[in-house]
Amino acid sequence: MMRKIALIIAATIVLGACGKSEPSQPDGPELVIYSSRIEQLIKPIFDDFTKETGITIRYVTDEAGPLLARLKAEGENSPADMLITVDAGNLWHAADMGILAPVKSEVLNTNIPPALRDEQGRWYGVSIRARTIVYATDRVKPEELAGYEDLAGPQWNGRLCLRTSKKVYNQSLVASLIVALGAEKAEEVVSGWVNNLAVSPFANDVKVVEAIDAGQCDVGLVNTYYLARMLEENPDLPVGLFWANQTGEGAAGRGVHVNISGAGITKASKHKENAMRLLEWLSGPTAQYDFAHLNQEYPVNDKTAPSELIEQWGRFRADTMPLSEAGRLQGDAIRLMDRVGYR
Amino acid sequence: MPVAAPIVSHIGPGQSRAGLWVLRLVGIAAVLGVLAPILVVVMSWSSAQTDVWQHLIATQLGSLLFNTLVLLVGVGLLVSVLGIGLAWFTVMCDFPGRGWFEWLLMLPMAVPAYVMAFVILGIFDFGGPFQSFLRLQFGQEYGSMDVRNAFTVIVVFSLVLYPYVYMLARSAFLSQSSDTTEVARALGCSPWQAFYRVALPMARPAIIAGVSLAMMETLADFGTVAVFNYDTFTTAIYKAWFGFFNIQAAAQLASILLLFVAITVFAERHSRGGRRFVQGGRLQHRYRFPLKPMKAWAMTGICSLVLVLAFVLPVLQLIQWAVAEGAAQLTQRFFELLQHTLLLAGFAALITVFLAMVLAFNRRQVKRGGFFSMAQLGYALPGSVLAVGIMLSFTFIDNQLFIPIQKWFGMSPAPVLLGSILTLLAAYWIRFLAVASGPLESSLERIRPSLPEAARTLGAHGTELVWRIYLPMLRPGLLTAMVLVFVDVMKEMPATLLLRPYGWDTLAVRIYEMTAEGHWQLAALPALALVAAGLIPVIISIRRTSH
Repeated sequence: MMRKIALIIAATIVLGACGKSEPSQPDGPELVIYSSRIEQLIKPIFDDFTKETGITIRYVTDEAGPLLARLKAEGENSPADMLITVDAGNLWHAADMGILAPVKSEVLNTNIPPALRDEQGRWYGVSIRARTIVYATDRVKPEELAGYEDLAGPQWNGRLCLRTSKKVYNQSLVASLIVALGAEKAEEVVSGWVNNLAVSPFANDVKVVEAIDAGQCDVGLVNTYYLARMLEENPDLPVGLFWANQTGEGAAGRGVHVNISGAGITKASKHKENAMRLLEWLSGPTAQYDFAHLNQEYPVNDKTAPSELIEQWGRFRADTMPLSEAGRLQGDAIRLMDRVGYR
Repeated sequence: MPVAAPIVSHIGPGQSRAGLWVLRLVGIAAVLGVLAPILVVVMSWSSAQTDVWQHLIATQLGSLLFNTLVLLVGVGLLVSVLGIGLAWFTVMCDFPGRGWFEWLLMLPMAVPAYVMAFVILGIFDFGGPFQSFLRLQFGQEYGSMDVRNAFTVIVVFSLVLYPYVYMLARSAFLSQSSDTTEVARALGCSPWQAFYRVALPMARPAIIAGVSLAMMETLADFGTVAVFNYDTFTTAIYKAWFGFFNIQAAAQLASILLLFVAITVFAERHSRGGRRFVQGGRLQHRYRFPLKPMKAWAMTGICSLVLVLAFVLPVLQLIQWAVAEGAAQLTQRFFELLQHTLLLAGFAALITVFLAMVLAFNRRQVKRGGFFSMAQLGYALPGSVLAVGIMLSFTFIDNQLFIPIQKWFGMSPAPVLLGSILTLLAAYWIRFLAVASGPLESSLERIRPSLPEAARTLGAHGTELVWRIYLPMLRPGLLTAMVLVFVDVMKEMPATLLLRPYGWDTLAVRIYEMTAEGHWQLAALPALALVAAGLIPVIISIRRTSH
């Protein structure tokens, strides 16, 4: 009997092993990437790079936290040449931990606006993710909307939906409120949001849009590409997009909060030249087009146009707060949100 | 029959000195393997992280502990009621469909908790089909519930975790000879008393093993509760780590979790004391009590309800989503993912069960087997905290041993262990030894000591004893252990993500990538494949143990 069981398990393993074609070690140059952008959103870009340059790319994907811990533990022996991650907060922390090497390049400086890269050149934004207001087109007129702060007003009582404060996108957004309004005013605003919530915060942005569609609430805050993706599947979705903080004096007109996905070359990299080639390539036309079309994000390079789908929302003015601030203030933002009971 | 005196005899296979030493060494190595990452976690106390602690205590910690307690008690009770109740009735009584339910009720085990979570939320949430239907039929005021609360989370966990209790309780009830209950009845016990006073205490080790697995899984979970935005103690761990980037504070919080589990485990062992339950008579054809028609159909109804909620409904929903996404996903890559999953789960199951058995034998031979019990602690840490602990300990070996050697020989230094398949497999057995130990030990404990003793007087030694006495007698326990580990490894996410070699993505990795971006529907096909692959060993084990 035991033999039968052993046989079954052995058979499973053999079946698994058969036809398993281990990718043979490439002879040419190679780069190793740790990425918290998922395979579907990064592999096509790598494939294009390999086609153009002959440099093969090996990668692991995981959440940013564990990847940073791994890079730090491996130290100078790390096989990784580059870290790609979403959110400026994560990039700031990577730089802060001393994992990333400062690099300078004319190409990068031309392609990427200053607010979207590290002053010391340790990380560079490769795509822009705007976080703004979405609303139910049948229950809200765009004239009623203004900016993030106004969602704290009494007119939105019981009508607001938010994603959980545990998501770094919201932490960066609140950090931007702290920069724009000061800590005290920012706390008032977030507290007002919490009072206005129709239901407890959701686990992700998709659920926020779905809740607005289902009539559970009327307004919400999401990254634009989630809405774009959902509109792609269902063009009749009764959810509209409003660019926050476009008009008004001073802080009120500071523009939409933008975040990035970005990349940095590791200190441990033994292929800095090729890594640089990849980094520059990521800010160039082919990769920028891919970023814009794979996930409906905005290109960092203004020479590349956004996808046709999101062109319908028009261009917007972006908050010019240096994104490193979002990283520096991330802890403060979390403390603030915890204090006012934003889960 | 209960035997009052503690039996710490020399029962166990190793008789020859050399064999004994190998056994002991492998056991100690296994325990050290588990302790290394735990030590890394505990070492976090070397520096105070007052900032994070003060903030957590001032804001959330109270409610997090309360939420965790509610969840633990809820899941503990519900899995016990479902697991023990269903096992008892399917083993002892007769009702329509019993033979089918007996094995169908194990299937929900193949559904990962995080998959169950997003499926249940998809169906029952405000915007989901269930409430939309209510609103359409009965008006707006019906069907405007927020289902993301403690109750739903408890139900979701219980539906996927009760099979642990069910499987272990079932095999315990099956191996109790029906004499026991019959004698109890003859002595004037009601059926309820016979169950409560005789069968239940005898099945206690198995039941405790099952319930504690379920509760440890709940305690260490992050992904499932995150779907419902239900904050538990692990939320604090992740906040310290991913929010404040304070991995030390995170490890400190995690070690408190660990301490809690360790105390509970040892308290239970202590309260069990030296009692051992050894199978008395031989197993004969089982007589099942026929239930009165009303009760019998009620039982059929209950079993059907559990099965529909825990298995049929989620699978149908996954199928619907998968079909909606079409066959475009069925690429070469998809089959690669499936292959990796099976391969890893198969190897990991073999290694883990082997080590668990070595540990179990060691524990029986040593007077104070507590040392070998420590190998179970790996299951008590949240997956990603353990993963980081493992990563740090392997990196330490890399940096202290392999890299100096490479430099000595003039090679370019690169990590040897980290990112290798061996490390990933090690992570699996470190995490899942507790899962394999439960069923193994409870079946080992039921072997009458006189049996191996008799074999020994007849001249059987060492390996012969293992092959001819222990393995055949442990068969149900071994099989259950293999299945549990196989399925658990397939579902494992954080360690697989962090430690897998390049390209070794699995179905669980794919599910993570899809759900991380809110693509629930695209996660449906890999989730279905995971469930289907998990069903195979479950069904095999059922067919082997039910007759």
